[in-house]
Amino acid sequence: MTEIDAVPRDRLSHARTWHWILAGALALACIASLQVGATDVALSTMLAKLAKGEALSQMERVVLFDIRLPRLVMGVLVGAALAVSGAAMQGLFRNPLADPGIVGVGAGAGLGAILAIVLGALLPVWMIDLTGNQLVPFAAFLGGWGSTLLLYRVSTRHGRTSVATMLLAGIALGALAGALSGILVYIADDRQLRDLTFWGLGSLAGASWAKVLSAGPLILLSISAALMLGRGLNGLALGEATAAHIGIDVQRMKSIAILAVAGATGAAVAVSGGIGFIGIVVPHLLRLASGPDHRTLLLNSALLGAILLILADVIARVVIAPAELPIGIVTAVLGAPVFLWILLKRRGLVEL
Amino acid sequence: MKSSNKKNTPFKAIIMSMFSALIALPVSAQQSADLTNPHADVLSIGGSVTEIVAALDQQHRLKARDTTSSYPPDVINLPDVGYMRSLSPEGVLSVGPSLILAEEGAGPPEALEVIRAADVDFVEVPDALTPEGIMRKIEIIGDALGVPDKADALAAQVETALSTALDDAERPESDKKRVLFVLSTQGGRINASGTGTTADALIRMAGGVNAVTDYEGYKQITDEAVGLAAPDVILMMDRGGDHGAADDELFEIPAIKLTLAAQTRSVVRMDGLLMLGFGPRSAEAVRTLNEALYAPKT
Repeated sequence: MTEIDAVPRDRLSHARTWHWILAGALALACIASLQVGATDVALSTMLAKLAKGEALSQMERVVLFDIRLPRLVMGVLVGAALAVSGAAMQGLFRNPLADPGIVGVGAGAGLGAILAIVLGALLPVWMIDLTGNQLVPFAAFLGGWGSTLLLYRVSTRHGRTSVATMLLAGIALGALAGALSGILVYIADDRQLRDLTFWGLGSLAGASWAKVLSAGPLILLSISAALMLGRGLNGLALGEATAAHIGIDVQRMKSIAILAVAGATGAAVAVSGGIGFIGIVVPHLLRLASGPDHRTLLLNSALLGAILLILADVIARVVIAPAELPIGIVTAVLGAPVFLWILLKRRGLVEL
Repeated sequence: MKSSNKKNTPFKAIIMSMFSALIALPVSAQQSADLTNPHADVLSIGGSVTEIVAALDQQHRLKARDTTSSYPPDVINLPDVGYMRSLSPEGVLSVGPSLILAEEGAGPPEALEVIRAADVDFVEVPDALTPEGIMRKIEIIGDALGVPDKADALAAQVETALSTALDDAERPESDKKRVLFVLSTQGGRINASGTGTTADALIRMAGGVNAVTDYEGYKQITDEAVGLAAPDVILMMDRGGDHGAADDELFEIPAIKLTLAAQTRSVVRMDGLLMLGFGPRSAEAVRTLNEALYAPKT
């Protein structure tokens, strides 16, 4: 309790009001996402029709319920997953540059996806039948989750996980996964290469209820677990030893954080491909706005991550309609300047 | 009861099947009439598919195209739904097609599922690497558009033109030139076509020999293998710009410098879609390449 009481009360309540502001903004973003798209179908006209008791056309039903709604739900889940994971990793590694990819999820998921895209056709028929269209997401999830568990195992000695080892081993593992991916890229034909490129840029375009239902529970569970970590991460900010002295079970917290991040990010990357910058920019924005207290930061990150990803998705699908941009391009174009600004600002603080 | 029932069964079955045939006949006729609605608004995906639609005089029905559709030139003005392998379902539906003609491999599958759910007819046109394949493409597209007669006429026309072009292109094995198809020379690294590609098929149809047969598909080839392949001519896609400078650059690449192609400065540049589309202009492609390969330099 001691370190938490040191935080001024008004700052905490200030951060709590952000919950409400962000929740309101999220609701608005959701409405915008259902309202806007390449077709003329709009939420408002549909509601008006329903109010008058008119039947919806098949086009309206398909666009709203089979295209925009699953896409919206997936955007909320993926955005929240990435942002919460980013906040948790920055807290755990006590490093402002940490993002969900730091535990090897990105590299592993990328390798899994490439394996499925390039070698998927070589699998036995029953396996192809079993996974159907979902082979790539499935392989990406296994790759991401598997590489994180591997990293966690090699960094844990005598029941104690070394965060530094994990960071360095993650770099090595990433290089290895990159090399294996390179071999597969070499044997890929040009169609597969384009598929790979598009996968790496991420998109919510493939959203379907099947994907939402398969990734959703895991993402929700992982986010809930991560949201419990606020107090622990606050303690950890003082250093592992101090955190242990003030009664935080550091090892247990590390395990929960890593597994939750692997689950949330692994599932998110599996259904949407590689989406950058949400995980790293969102927590920083919130720290600037409402302070670094993880008890509010984690939930605020989830909300803001969802908002930003939904808005980025609206841009991605409207800006060059009827075609659409991969969402990774939008998040990077918007996120990179913001991130740069944060970096320069921080440097200014340090150097002054 | 049992026995009479058994005896009845075959009889019943025959009657039933006759009935169902009677009922089914008009139904199936109606269904096919539905499928071949001659007024359907069309979204065409794939360069050669769009070309065939235009060659069938149905270009006025095109509502939109994909990025690879660039011929006839005025289709560029149609809305572009993006790259054929990463279609956005809502984008596709927004152009309001009632029929989608797509080259094999259009996707992703999730997008197609949603599009089908919206009651839009979807016809996949298989890839072709042979003259027969081109005829089949024309036939499938003609049927889907409800203009089978025009399709027959076009197919016959293309077939005649193509077989004449193929006959004219044919020459004795010893006389055939070795052709290296270079997809790109980015950073001095040569990406060349092996076997099983449309480039390989066209080279053979135009009376040439593909210089690279050691691998399938398009791959980066080592410098020394280019020497071994010993191409007489280099074939590339025409990307516009200054060919003189581009040629100088091409023949300065060490791997290519030593080949016969470089010594005689033999490079052929052709429009990518004409060359690799395998659409109705295939005869023209064969003839153009054949003439470029064997006609004396002017």
